[in-house]
Amino acid sequence: MENTLSHLKHIDSDKGNIIKGLQLIQKNEGYLSDRALEICSHYFSVPLVEIQGIVTFYSQFKRTKPGKYQISICDGTACHLKGATLILDWIATELNIGAGETDSTGLFSLETVACLGCCSLAPVMSVNGDIFGNLSRKGVLQILKRYKRQG
Amino acid sequence: MHISEIRVGVSSCGLAAGANKVLKQLQERTDIPVVGVGCIGHCYAEPLVEIVTDDFSVLYGNVEANETDLSEILAGNDYKRLILRPERTQRENLRLTSIIGKFEPIDLSAYISYGGFKGLKKALHMAPEYLVQEITQSQLRGRGGGGFPTGVKWSLLAQKDSTDKVIICNADEGDPGAFMDRSLMESLPYQILEGMLIAAYATGATQLYIYCRAEYPLAIRNLGSAINAIKSNGLNYIQGNALDIQIKEGAGAFVCGEETALIHSLEGKRGMPRFRPPYPTDSGYNGLPSMISNVETFANVPVIVRDGAEKFAAIGTEGGRGTKLFALAGDVKYPGLVEVPMGITLGEIIYNIGGAEPGTIKAVQTGGPSGGCIPAELFDTPVDYDSLRSLGAIMGSGGLIVIGNNRCMVETARYFLDFTHKESCGKCTFCRVGSKRMFEVLERITGGTGMPEDITFLENMGQKVRAGSLCGLGSTAPNPVLATLRFFRSEFEAHVLQRQCPAMQCASLSDVVLHHEACTECGRCMKICPVNAVTSDWTIDNSVCTRCNSCVEACPQHTISRAPGGSGYRSGSSTNKEAI
Repeated sequence: MENTLSHLKHIDSDKGNIIKGLQLIQKNEGYLSDRALEICSHYFSVPLVEIQGIVTFYSQFKRTKPGKYQISICDGTACHLKGATLILDWIATELNIGAGETDSTGLFSLETVACLGCCSLAPVMSVNGDIFGNLSRKGVLQILKRYKRQG
Repeated sequence: MHISEIRVGVSSCGLAAGANKVLKQLQERTDIPVVGVGCIGHCYAEPLVEIVTDDFSVLYGNVEANETDLSEILAGNDYKRLILRPERTQRENLRLTSIIGKFEPIDLSAYISYGGFKGLKKALHMAPEYLVQEITQSQLRGRGGGGFPTGVKWSLLAQKDSTDKVIICNADEGDPGAFMDRSLMESLPYQILEGMLIAAYATGATQLYIYCRAEYPLAIRNLGSAINAIKSNGLNYIQGNALDIQIKEGAGAFVCGEETALIHSLEGKRGMPRFRPPYPTDSGYNGLPSMISNVETFANVPVIVRDGAEKFAAIGTEGGRGTKLFALAGDVKYPGLVEVPMGITLGEIIYNIGGAEPGTIKAVQTGGPSGGCIPAELFDTPVDYDSLRSLGAIMGSGGLIVIGNNRCMVETARYFLDFTHKESCGKCTFCRVGSKRMFEVLERITGGTGMPEDITFLENMGQKVRAGSLCGLGSTAPNPVLATLRFFRSEFEAHVLQRQCPAMQCASLSDVVLHHEACTECGRCMKICPVNAVTSDWTIDNSVCTRCNSCVEACPQHTISRAPGGSGYRSGSSTNKEAI
């Protein structure tokens, strides 16, 4: 709890900073726990329900602990046309998880995102922010293997 | 040959293709300055390296960080040399992005040496009223999609009698398929900030914000560095006051691109749109008079002020002045970012610049999920705000997704509705429920269980969602469906009446067939199939097959193709009316 609060120390308790505060906590802790929401509610002096409302509104906020490697599959228009759903399928089958879930080892979590802005390299995915483009099934499996080996 | 500088494009798309490795290895190999520069828009050839000598410069494309590539390039050989196609260069008109890719984006002195801050300097010698007039005369219209005259916005804010006024740069580029603003923020952060400072001087604004989506980390980083450099060099002093510029990160909500929703999000609330009036220029951020413009709009301002309004207004057509950035993606040979004069035809962008083969393209989607598709027969339409709107599409922010003959239009429409119904904030019933119902019907049609009355339902509901929604998201959400129904009605009818997908893309309405006569039994299809649907007697078990097309693409003899079939398929021309 002390730690969570310390992330907020750098910003004002002004209501306009709620989103920023939540982003800071998520950046440091990987997700927003129930406790984190309560702390925010106290810090910004707003009812917990309001914090919940903000957290559920924005797709960036995660309420479950993510894996060590966060796989984001771009499902923007260009990527969708070029087979983003297949890539999601392949990875989901390989790791045995669906979008929005973390695998049992806690190594990978999977999500789809609206657009990573690399449309000319479609289809694209990112692992912890590193972008991989022009994906094929073989390429995707190789990327997963590499991260698995790194552990 | 004396190399004075080596430039490597290190925008997001370059980095995704491995530009960082190329940059680092070049730096290790040579004492010549190697700089990471912005994106010049030739995304099909990333990573890009430019060798600059005293007299000329040579561009290399698809450079890999290996021994051969790097040593050949440093020796100045023609290996992997990228000759820019005249089909593209003759049509481009680089004004907004004329200095892109020539220097490190966050290097302030380099920006100044390329003519940066000349616009601001000139502006500060002009009376604010005159400056507003100059922007009005340039006929610049908002580049975010709405196309509202920028000069009018400026004068509305300037007229407000308030000591505190706000200028917000809308950098929440949420349209899937659009990356113009990302590229500008990553490559020309100073030009955007200069435009904002000029606007602040002209309108008397005191607070400046940039609302950027969190999915663009590099853009946020570059803008942040640029703001710090501007502050430490005192360039933010306007009429004796030091203006503060802040970046606020979005948190992943498409609707926040709408101005009233954006303001709520800036205030730290749920990003729900509200009724207008009051317009933001009357009551915006924290109740203060506020003006919101798009990234590209601000980036145009320094160039207009520096070169004069007449020069800008001389380009383009009645329906749109100046140049426009387009993000070209989809089924084209040369995807990328292009700056072209308004009034150029769609065909020139897609066939000449994009290198698409005429005859292989059936449509282009403009304006992302808020826009519509335009069929290839109408590709001689000039690109400007009014011409596109007359076709039921919109200019949008400039994303162009080219759709080839082998793509299903119904599936494309379903994809856009999938996006918008998920992104609906839920405030208006028609948008929240109506777009979801439309999506479900489209799911049914592409799933092979569509009914004839579905088409009329989509048209009716589309009109209602359009009329019954408060903000831009809801009122434009049916556009992709309505435009597709207008131009590709036969594809819808084929899906629901004949239960066939003409493009053979929809999984429930197509099979994968291996033509054994020409097959050499090389086994590539077996190896690549993720679900082992290729049987030992060289047929494809369509009950297992997921229609992923891996084998179709892998087959060297082209013996595997898509054919009518699937669970929902009915052969012949008999309709399924009896069946219902």
